[in-house]
Amino acid sequence: MRKLTNRIYIGLVFLFLYIPIFVLIANSFNASKSRTVWTGFTFDWYVKLFHNETILGSLLNTLIIALVASVAATLLGTLAAIGIYNMKKVTRTIVMNISYLPIINPEIVTGVSLMLLFVAMKIELGYVTLILAHITFCVPYVILNVLPKLRQMDRNLYEAALDLGCTPTLAFRKVVIPEIMPGIMTGFLMSITYSIDDFVISYFTHGATSQTLPITIFSMTRRKVSPEVNALSAILFVVILAIMIIMNVSEMRKLPEDQRRRAAKAAKKGGRA
Amino acid sequence: MDKNKIIELKGIFKEYNGEQVLKGIDLDIHDKEFVTFLGPSGCGKTTTLRIIGGFVTPDSGDVLFNGRRVNDVPPYKRAVNTVFQKYALFPHLNVYENVAFGLRLKKEKESVIAAKVAEMLDLVNLRGFEKRSVSLLSGGQQQRVAIARALCNEPKVLLLDEPLGALDLQLRKEMQIELKKIQQRLEITFIYVTHDQEEALTMSDTVVVMNGGVIQQIGTPQDIYNEPVNAFVAKFIGESNILPGIMHEDYKVEFAGDNFECVDKGFRHLEPVDVVIRPEDITICPPSDKVINGLVESVLFKGVHYEIMVRAYSDLWKIHSTKAPEVGSVVGIDFTPEDIHIMRKMESSEDYAALEHLNEQRAGTGEEAGTVE
Amino acid sequence: MNNLRSRLAATPYLAWMIIFMVVPLALIVVFAFTTTVPCDAEGNILTDEEAYLIQEEETLIWEEQGTPEEERVSAVSEKTIFTVQNILEVNKYMPTMLSSIWMALVATVICLLIGYPLAYMISRMHFVSQKMMLMLVMLPMWMNFLLRTYAWMTLLERNGLINRFLGLFGVGPFNMINTQGAVILGMIYNYLPFMILPLYSVMTKIENTTIEAAQDLGANRLTVMWRVVVPLSVPGINSGITAVFIPSVSTFIISRMLGGGTNMLIGDLIDLQFLGNAYNPNLGSAISLVLMVFILLCMSITNAFDMEDKEGGMLL
Repeated sequence: MRKLTNRIYIGLVFLFLYIPIFVLIANSFNASKSRTVWTGFTFDWYVKLFHNETILGSLLNTLIIALVASVAATLLGTLAAIGIYNMKKVTRTIVMNISYLPIINPEIVTGVSLMLLFVAMKIELGYVTLILAHITFCVPYVILNVLPKLRQMDRNLYEAALDLGCTPTLAFRKVVIPEIMPGIMTGFLMSITYSIDDFVISYFTHGATSQTLPITIFSMTRRKVSPEVNALSAILFVVILAIMIIMNVSEMRKLPEDQRRRAAKAAKKGGRA
Repeated sequence: MDKNKIIELKGIFKEYNGEQVLKGIDLDIHDKEFVTFLGPSGCGKTTTLRIIGGFVTPDSGDVLFNGRRVNDVPPYKRAVNTVFQKYALFPHLNVYENVAFGLRLKKEKESVIAAKVAEMLDLVNLRGFEKRSVSLLSGGQQQRVAIARALCNEPKVLLLDEPLGALDLQLRKEMQIELKKIQQRLEITFIYVTHDQEEALTMSDTVVVMNGGVIQQIGTPQDIYNEPVNAFVAKFIGESNILPGIMHEDYKVEFAGDNFECVDKGFRHLEPVDVVIRPEDITICPPSDKVINGLVESVLFKGVHYEIMVRAYSDLWKIHSTKAPEVGSVVGIDFTPEDIHIMRKMESSEDYAALEHLNEQRAGTGEEAGTVE
Repeated sequence: MNNLRSRLAATPYLAWMIIFMVVPLALIVVFAFTTTVPCDAEGNILTDEEAYLIQEEETLIWEEQGTPEEERVSAVSEKTIFTVQNILEVNKYMPTMLSSIWMALVATVICLLIGYPLAYMISRMHFVSQKMMLMLVMLPMWMNFLLRTYAWMTLLERNGLINRFLGLFGVGPFNMINTQGAVILGMIYNYLPFMILPLYSVMTKIENTTIEAAQDLGANRLTVMWRVVVPLSVPGINSGITAVFIPSVSTFIISRMLGGGTNMLIGDLIDLQFLGNAYNPNLGSAISLVLMVFILLCMSITNAFDMEDKEGGMLL
C-alpha cells in the first residue's frame, strides 16, 4: 500500500517533468504549424531545420565557443585547484569564496557586469567576449571537481614517486595527474554542458554576428510560430539521452566489481546476516 | 527448563533475491537469559535478530512474544530494543538527547527523563558526557551511548548486533565483562549476535550455533565446546583435528589406519563418521607401537602453548603442548578414548563449503581479529 | 609538492577572476552610484536644457561658417558624477521587486514540498534504482531551458493542450498563460531538480540503521521523519532553497515567455535598463546591486541557521 502510494507520487512528479518535453517531440512530427492541432505526421520540420542557415551557424558557434572555453577553463581550473590545495587555510578560504562568486551570483548580474567591463575596456562584443565570459563561469566547476580528488589522494603517493627517483615535474605528471584525471574530466564535461546551455550570460555578452544556439532559440520563440525549434529539441533530447545512457553503461562496465560489491552491501543493509 | 519462554520462533523461513537465508528456524528464548547467535557471516544470525526486532518480516513461520504472535507488530511497538552494529547514534543530537530519545517519544516528564538518563549514563560509566556531541566520542564511548539509549526504554529483551565488532581487542574484552554485568544487574534477556566464538563462550548462558540458515546446535558454552554435534560446530568452536573414520561397532572406531576404543555408540555398522580430537587433548610421547607416530613438521610459539604440526601418513595433526619437540624428530601422538568425539558425516555440501571458507579465513587472517585462535 | 611553486599555480586563475569577476562587480557598484551629466568647458554641470540650447547655438554657428565636421568641437561635454539618485530611484520599482520575491518564495516553497518526499523516497531505494532515478531527475535539466519553457507555452495557451484536454470534459477554457501562476509554474518546473539533488545527496548519507534505531526506540514513521530525517537534512534544505530561490528571483526569460510582459520581475527590469528600451545602465546597476545585496543577506541568514543548528546539536 505504502509502496503503491510512493510509486504513484514518483510517477506524478516525473510526469510533470517530462510532459512538456514529450509535447515538444510530438509536435516536431506535426504537419500543422499550429502547436495544438494534430493534422498528420511529417518529417518536414527536420528537413527545414537542416536547411536553416541561422540555426546551423549558431550551432557551430556554440560548439566552437564551448570547446575553446572548456579547454581553457579546464587548464586554468586544474592549475588553480593544485594551487588552492597547497594554500594555507586563510588564503584558501578567500580564494574559494571568490570561486563561489559566479555560482552564487545571479546570472543576470554576472552577465550585465561583464557587459559593463567589455564596454569599458572597449572590446567589441563578439566571439572574444563570449569566450572570456564562458571561461569565467566554467572555471569554478572545474575547481570544485578537481579539488576533492586532490584531497582524496594519498599525499604519500607523490612522495613515493620522488623516493623512487622521479623529479618533481615527472612525479607530478606520472602520479598526481592520473590520480585527479577523473575530476578533470568531469570538470571539463560540466564546462562543456554549461557553456552549450548558457543563455543569460551569452545574451549580455554576444555581438550581432556571434549568436549561440540558445540565443537563436530565444529569438525564434519570440516569433512564436517556429516548429523547427520542436525538431531541434527532439534531436537534442535524443542526443542527450544517448550520451547519458552511454556514460552510465560505461561507468557500470568500468567498475563492475566495485558496483557489485556496493550493491551487495546495499542488499545487506536491507537486512542480511 | 523451568524458566518461562519470552520469545519463540517457529519454523521461520526467509528469502532474499531468490536466496534462502533462513531455512526453518525453531528456537525458544527464556527470560533473563543471555543468548548468543554464533556463526560465520551469511549464516542468518543477523536476519534472525532483525526478525525479532521487527525490521524484517519472515516469509513463513511465527514470532511469539510471551505466547502472543507479533509478526505484524512494527518495531516501534515491540518491547525489545536494539544496539546496532555501527551504533546508529543520531548525529544531530548530543549524548543526553540520544539517550533520552525514546523517553521523549513517550512524552515523559522532563524530571523523569533527567533521572532515567542519569541512571543509564551511570550504568555505562558515561556520567559527565551529557553535552558532548556523539561524533566527538571514541568508538567505545559511542558503544556505551548506544547501550544506554537502548536500555533507557526498559526493554524486556535487548538485541545486540555484533556490538563490539568495531572495537579493538583490549576494549572488546573489557566491554564483554561489562555487558555481562549489566545483563545480570538489570535481569533482562540479552540476545547477542557475534561471529567471535570466544566472545560467545565467555558471555552466554546459551549459545545458538548457526550455519547456512540452519541452527546447528543449541547448548551451554560447555556443551558446545565439549560435545559438538557435528564437525562444523567442532571446527567453528575452538580448533580441531577432524579425520574421516568408520564406526565398526559401539565403542570401536577406525581412523588414521588403526582401530581405537571410544565412548560413542549408536551408529550403524561400518558407518562413515567424522572423528574430532581437540589439539589440547593430545599428548606428545616418545614414538612406540601403541600410538600413532609422526614427523614434526613445524613448531610455532603461541604464548601459552606451542602449536605443533605433526604429519602421520597423509594426516596432518595439530597439537597444543607446553613442550616443544624438535622439528624433524619423530614423536608419538597419544590420546584417551574420552578425547575421541565421533560425529555423523555432514549431509549438505554447503556445510563443507562454509568450513572451507572458515579455514581459508583462518589461514589468511591469522590473528587479525583475535577471534578464531 | 613544492609548496611555494604549486601555490603559485593558482595565480593565473586569481588574476582571471579578479579581472572578469571582481572588477565587473566593482563596476556595477561604480555605475550604481554615478551618473553622466552634461557640463561646459570649465566643467560646470549643466541641465539638459542648458546643454541643448548651447548645442543648438553651436550648430547654427557652425553651419553659418561652414565648419567642416571634423573641426566641430562642442563646448558641451559629459562628466561622470557621484549620486545616490539611482539607488533612490530603485524605490520606484519596489512593487515589482516585492512581487518577484514573493513569486520566487512561493516557487521555492512548492519545490521543497514536492522535492522533499521524492528525494527521500529515492534515497531509500536500492542502489541501482537510485542511480536511474537521479538520471531521470537530471535529464530534463540538460534540455535547454528556453525550450522547456517554450513547451509550457504550448501547454498553457488559451487554446493550448491543457485547455483542450479540459474541454473534453466541458471544463474551461481557463486563462493560464500570462498570469503570475504561469510564471511560478515555470520557476517550479525549471528549478525543481535543483531542489531534489542537494536534498538527495544529504539524505542518502542517512544510514538505514539510524532510521531503524529511531523506530526501535518507539518512533512511528511520522516521528522518524520529523525528529530524525528532517533535522539531519537541514544542510540539504538550505542549499536546495538557495539553488531554487536565486535563479527564480532573478530570472527574466520565464516571466517574458509565460508572464506575457505583464508580470515583470527584477530580471526584466535589469534587462530593460541594459538591452531594452529604457536604456540606463546606471539605474540597471543600481537594481543589480540591490538584488545582489538582498541575496547576500538571504544567504547569510540561511548560513546562520545552519550554524545555529550545528551548535544547537552540541549544546542542547
